Amino acid sequence: MKDYQAGYIKLALPKGRFLSPTASLLAGIDLGFEGYSDKTKQYRLRSARFPGLSAKILQEKDISIQVAVGNYDLGICGLDWIEEFLVKYPAGALVKISSLNYGEGGIHVVTSTEVGIANLNELSDGRSDYRIVTEYPNLAEAFALNLRMRRFRIFPVWGAAEAYPPENADLAVLWGKSGAHIAAQGLIPLKGLLPVTAFLIANRESLENKDLSQILMCFSSKLTAEPQTSIENGLDISEEPKGPHPLWQAKEINLALPDGHQQAPTSQFLKRAGLALQGYSEEVMSRRPSADLDWLGIKVIRPQDMPLQVANSNFDLAITGEDWLLEHLYRFPSSPVKKLFALGFGTVKIVAAVSQEMPVADIDELRSLVQSSKFAPLKVASEYINIADNYLRDNHINPCKLIPTWGASEAFLPEDADMLIDNVQTGKTLKQHKLRIIDVLFRSSACLIASKDSLASSDKKEKMELLTQKLRAGLL
Amino acid sequence: MQDLLPEDMSRFRRIEDVFRTCCRNWGYQEVRTPTLEYLYLFTATGTLTPSMLSKVYSFLDWDGWSGERVVLRPDGTIPVARLYTDNLSGQELARLFYVTNIFAFEGTGKENRERWQCGAEFFGGDKSAPDVEIILLAEEVIRRLGISDVGLQLSHAGLVKALLKELKLSPGEEAKMTNRILEGNWQALTKAKSTNPEIERLIAALLGLKGKSSSFLHNLRASFPKASQDFKSSLEDLINVTTLLDNLGCSYKIDIAAIHGFEYYTGICFQFLAAGEKIGGGGRYDSLVPLMNGEDIPACGFALYVDPIMKLLPLEKEKKGESEILVKGKEMTPEIVETCFTVAESLRDAGHPAELDFTGRKESDYRWVVLVSGKEPSPFTLTDCIQRRRRDAASMAEILKVVSEG
Repeated sequence: MKDYQAGYIKLALPKGRFLSPTASLLAGIDLGFEGYSDKTKQYRLRSARFPGLSAKILQEKDISIQVAVGNYDLGICGLDWIEEFLVKYPAGALVKISSLNYGEGGIHVVTSTEVGIANLNELSDGRSDYRIVTEYPNLAEAFALNLRMRRFRIFPVWGAAEAYPPENADLAVLWGKSGAHIAAQGLIPLKGLLPVTAFLIANRESLENKDLSQILMCFSSKLTAEPQTSIENGLDISEEPKGPHPLWQAKEINLALPDGHQQAPTSQFLKRAGLALQGYSEEVMSRRPSADLDWLGIKVIRPQDMPLQVANSNFDLAITGEDWLLEHLYRFPSSPVKKLFALGFGTVKIVAAVSQEMPVADIDELRSLVQSSKFAPLKVASEYINIADNYLRDNHINPCKLIPTWGASEAFLPEDADMLIDNVQTGKTLKQHKLRIIDVLFRSSACLIASKDSLASSDKKEKMELLTQKLRAGLL
Repeated sequence: MQDLLPEDMSRFRRIEDVFRTCCRNWGYQEVRTPTLEYLYLFTATGTLTPSMLSKVYSFLDWDGWSGERVVLRPDGTIPVARLYTDNLSGQELARLFYVTNIFAFEGTGKENRERWQCGAEFFGGDKSAPDVEIILLAEEVIRRLGISDVGLQLSHAGLVKALLKELKLSPGEEAKMTNRILEGNWQALTKAKSTNPEIERLIAALLGLKGKSSSFLHNLRASFPKASQDFKSSLEDLINVTTLLDNLGCSYKIDIAAIHGFEYYTGICFQFLAAGEKIGGGGRYDSLVPLMNGEDIPACGFALYVDPIMKLLPLEKEKKGESEILVKGKEMTPEIVETCFTVAESLRDAGHPAELDFTGRKESDYRWVVLVSGKEPSPFTLTDCIQRRRRDAASMAEILKVVSEG
């Protein structure tokens, strides 16, 4: 750990979509890092060539923020996450150095034919209240404001924005490879906002005060004078949506099912319950699977987004995790969403963990340590902002700073955070990264949640009961 | 973030007091709107620039799952227009005033996020007379505050909008141009290529010339006979206001390009400058109430900016040593402290501000000092700090008599 901190220049590298092209770029300019590959299990990397240079692998969403706050001098990430930050904090500490000229597609504003928006002018003239769903709330807000939209509501989601229009959103701001790619999802592109290319970024203060020239020189052959930053007219708006797009029909009862890790156990559970689905199994995933019940509408979205989407009446029922329900209820205690029953699979522990080098065994000892101002403010990384906030308040950990993450909070310790609050299955990953669990907040498993309004509605009551009974039969 | 210290508050209250008195004298009534408003109130009229709206403090309310956001009020006029539309639209005419704070996000940490305004709004009525009324009211407040060398600049949003229309830009380009002008970039207007040389001549004249009386506007009208109808009617409007101001002896400068941020204004706009800083501004905003689904009620108003005005006000000496009385005990025994409280209370009841001394205040700051010794036959010593005389007093009645006689 000490060794790492002595590293003079810190670079944040992306995981996910840009990992491979970034790794080959770095290898090509003789700036390779051993272990920077898809298979890597470590987050911390050392430069073979520059002893003073170290790197960390982070989620792209975190890179722009981490470089801006000065935890990293340089970073590589997609223009979408850079602009998502800059559009809100233009005078901030994040500086774009240059496009690195790889990446594909762009961020688009899209709608669906059924919404009935033909062009952008309608959005600014219209008096309707537009619902915009997006992983990029700041870009979406800037778009709406620039267009002078009269009334709009932005629903930030963790993912699957393409699944929301038309019934659950009027517009989505999302990534699309091309006009055809968007049309294939049954959507119409209205406006291209920006192309998604990888960018080299820097922290303003580091750039102004620190000698980064050796590293920047390595990139010199790759830097372009005029990066393409606009795709305003790049898309053919007249492109008709095509491909496998079933005509959307309103259903009496709407159920949300999870994608990701929870998909396989959920599909097994539904099979046990005798609910036959097309387009949702361990292998196949359609955003809109169909069931043999003609009154049931099903959509596959991120489990993180479900409690809010049930609360705002987009869905009557959903299968999500108890952790995400609690996260929602801590934020909105009077939210009209409730747990019907736990499903017994997908069980995880939500834990608080610190570096093994931190001399504390439990939260009480940590409190004393923070009070002695050795770790003040305590930096806490978590993807459960509200659960973490509540936990820290209940345990009188003060002062503290909460760092929101998008999963893999363990990458932040020990340099960029002192503690994490995250879910673990076995605790093996934490041990690998030399972390110690000091508290188990609660256990969480998959559960069925429902809208209180739907449960009370005379129109829906009967079918809601029918469906919940059917699902109860799938419990082991 | 900024604290207002006792000296600041003394200036602040003076501004407020003068403003309130003037407004009441002109027949305006005070209102107060909530600090939290819905975000859509400020987007609904489509009048605020994107860059202004991107600087509001907005967040989710208790029912945030609905996606509805609330904001810390970023503007003073729009909430009052809402208040009028929601509650008072039955009144054909409403004169309202307010003292409020407004909030704006800023990225540098150098500017204030919270600023104070004293504003007045006039709903209903005819056009020119209310325009002149609010200008004269604002001017009176500034005059009574004793701020000297104040400049009044006039412009007209209708003229600017008519000019923009003549350029015949596409809707997108027009919106961009409007945003630039609202942000104060008038050069953009001269750079816009027009097919009509007459328009270029008009733009050059408007941006280049500054008039000091309505004669200037008459000259302008005569020099551009081919200007559009919209332009001419806005010009006529401005002529009416300036003629009235001329006749009432109010001096001003017409400078079309002087004003920016006139987002919701439709007619005359004005601003007051002192020591190079903008200390207030206002104008006519006839479409705001209709855009809020209210009736077609014309309106105009102004706001004075408390923060720059505070810097211009000299600090009035607190009138210590004239009317205030310090009550102190010779010793801090419980009996003497108790007597001190009783003496001070009797003095205050009789209308004399009285302060208790526990920590050695400077006696010369006060008009009188009452020393409580508690020893009969004269348990009090009264010092006249101006005449520098000291006398013993046997009773509370005696103290009150001397103090009241001055």
